Amino acid sequence: MSTTTLTAPTGTTVTRTRERAVPASIPTRRIVGVELRKMFNTRSGFWLMASIGIAALLATIATLVFAPNDELTQEAFSAAIGFPMAVILPMVAILSVSSEWSQRSGLTTFTLVPRRGRVITAKLIATVLVAVVSMLVAGAIGALGNIVGSSIAGVDTVWDLTFQDFALIVLANVLGMLAGFMLGVVLRNSSAAIVGYFVISGLLPTLFMVLSDAQQWFRDLWPWIDFNYAQGALFEGSPSAAEWAHLGVTGLIWLVIPMALGLRFLLRSEIK
Amino acid sequence: MITIDSLTRTYGAFTAVDDISFTAEPGRVTGFLGPNGAGKSTTMRVLVGLTDPTAGGATILGRRFADLPNPGREVGVLLDASAQHAGRTGREILVIAQRTMGLPASSVDAMLERVSLTPEEAGRRVRNYSLGMRQRLGIATALIGDPEVLILDEPANGLDPAGIRWMRDLLREFADQGGTVLLSSHLLHEIEVIADDIVVIGNGRIVAQGTKQELLAAGGTLARSDDPAGLAEVMTIAGLRPTVGADRAVLVEAELATVGRLAFEAGIPLTELRAADGAGLEEMFLALTAETQRDHIDHIDRIDGTEGAAA
Repeated sequence: MSTTTLTAPTGTTVTRTRERAVPASIPTRRIVGVELRKMFNTRSGFWLMASIGIAALLATIATLVFAPNDELTQEAFSAAIGFPMAVILPMVAILSVSSEWSQRSGLTTFTLVPRRGRVITAKLIATVLVAVVSMLVAGAIGALGNIVGSSIAGVDTVWDLTFQDFALIVLANVLGMLAGFMLGVVLRNSSAAIVGYFVISGLLPTLFMVLSDAQQWFRDLWPWIDFNYAQGALFEGSPSAAEWAHLGVTGLIWLVIPMALGLRFLLRSEIK
Repeated sequence: MITIDSLTRTYGAFTAVDDISFTAEPGRVTGFLGPNGAGKSTTMRVLVGLTDPTAGGATILGRRFADLPNPGREVGVLLDASAQHAGRTGREILVIAQRTMGLPASSVDAMLERVSLTPEEAGRRVRNYSLGMRQRLGIATALIGDPEVLILDEPANGLDPAGIRWMRDLLREFADQGGTVLLSSHLLHEIEVIADDIVVIGNGRIVAQGTKQELLAAGGTLARSDDPAGLAEVMTIAGLRPTVGADRAVLVEAELATVGRLAFEAGIPLTELRAADGAGLEEMFLALTAETQRDHIDHIDRIDGTEGAAA
């Protein structure tokens, strides 16, 4: 078919551009604040956050009810609270990234802040903040449970968790949350990332265990490959130099490298 | 001011946008018209940095979109009103935009009122919004930063007639105050009533552009016959460049008498012969649309054929 091309005569255009100053750049602090708000202001986000407190409370009550008196220690409460945390926090991290794609809100997010790296950095900061604050809240609930529990049972309150122990547990949870964040970045799909999280945190460690039982050569390699195994050391007090090395190497394999590759794609991919 | 310069975007072997260039001027509403799948949305996504161009580029107010320090304050964007987190309330979506742009909190209520969303509606989750309400919310998000450029992809979708009227007045006012408006539509009428300038895109290429007056006045001759293909062939042999439109119409830049004589000599009876009088734009647009529709009909035919064979 033929092409009709007519050019607009420039004389007809009314050029009355509004005299305006170029606005200041958006500070990172503001983007972090917005991303934190976005973690709470959806129905799923709200209940996920609320479930952190609810789970900590339920775990504390369960420990009060079911644990024998001589086991009502701070460590028992922490362990009980730590388990649901380790599941919920990574979900929070996954959804903060993947929902921009699965719910397509990224269309607005990345037109308001076109430098995608800034948005992802803000999400990362918000994620770590949530991890640390919720662990502090959980720790406080556990401590309260410990006081209440020991006074009900009439035993001495046992504070057997040092500051270092607690810091290591927080670190383990931050790492778990970062693993969720990584999956959100790499997969950019909520359901896939959640399934992916259970594969790498549940299925893979089991496979590695089976493999190390069956194959002698794998047994020595195991701690250098299994991120979960390496994280286990954080829950058992002071990790040795070798255990820190295991954590560093597995973290590089399971966290740093996939995150770097995922970010490369995320920054260049098309947002629809 | 929006400038699109030799923009091309390919997906593998498919060229979605093929070397297009146009500008949208301040103080004017530029209508971006084309059938579905013509490349309008791809162009707009490249414009706001959501899609990378394969070649060429686009600038808004003289800068690439990604280089705008606080884009919401300069460019209001609405690409897809449904692309929002379904579990968030309308108000929260607006609050996110307000906070990102660093605007006073009071702007949220002012904007909700401007797009006629009641406080009760604003408190509902977007999952429960009609498409019209989503469009209003999207317009609110685009306008809240008081931008000087608006980029809207099919903003009238889902609006009722009163809503369309409201949108038209809003865009007119925005342009009259010196703002630049680029809006897309697949409906010619919608563009006709609002746009000052029109850019028509089909199969990734610009097929016409100019002011509305120019395009609607574009002359030429419209001829109808039972053999449009034959008629077009005769014209081509005579050195003309005919366009076969929908409904057996042939459009050509030639005198009425020339077309009549050609048809007579070739023995092709005409059922209609008249000056095109702005029918040019409509016929061209129908022809563009018909191409995609024909694909659809062929597809149905094939399905029917297969079923017939099986029976």
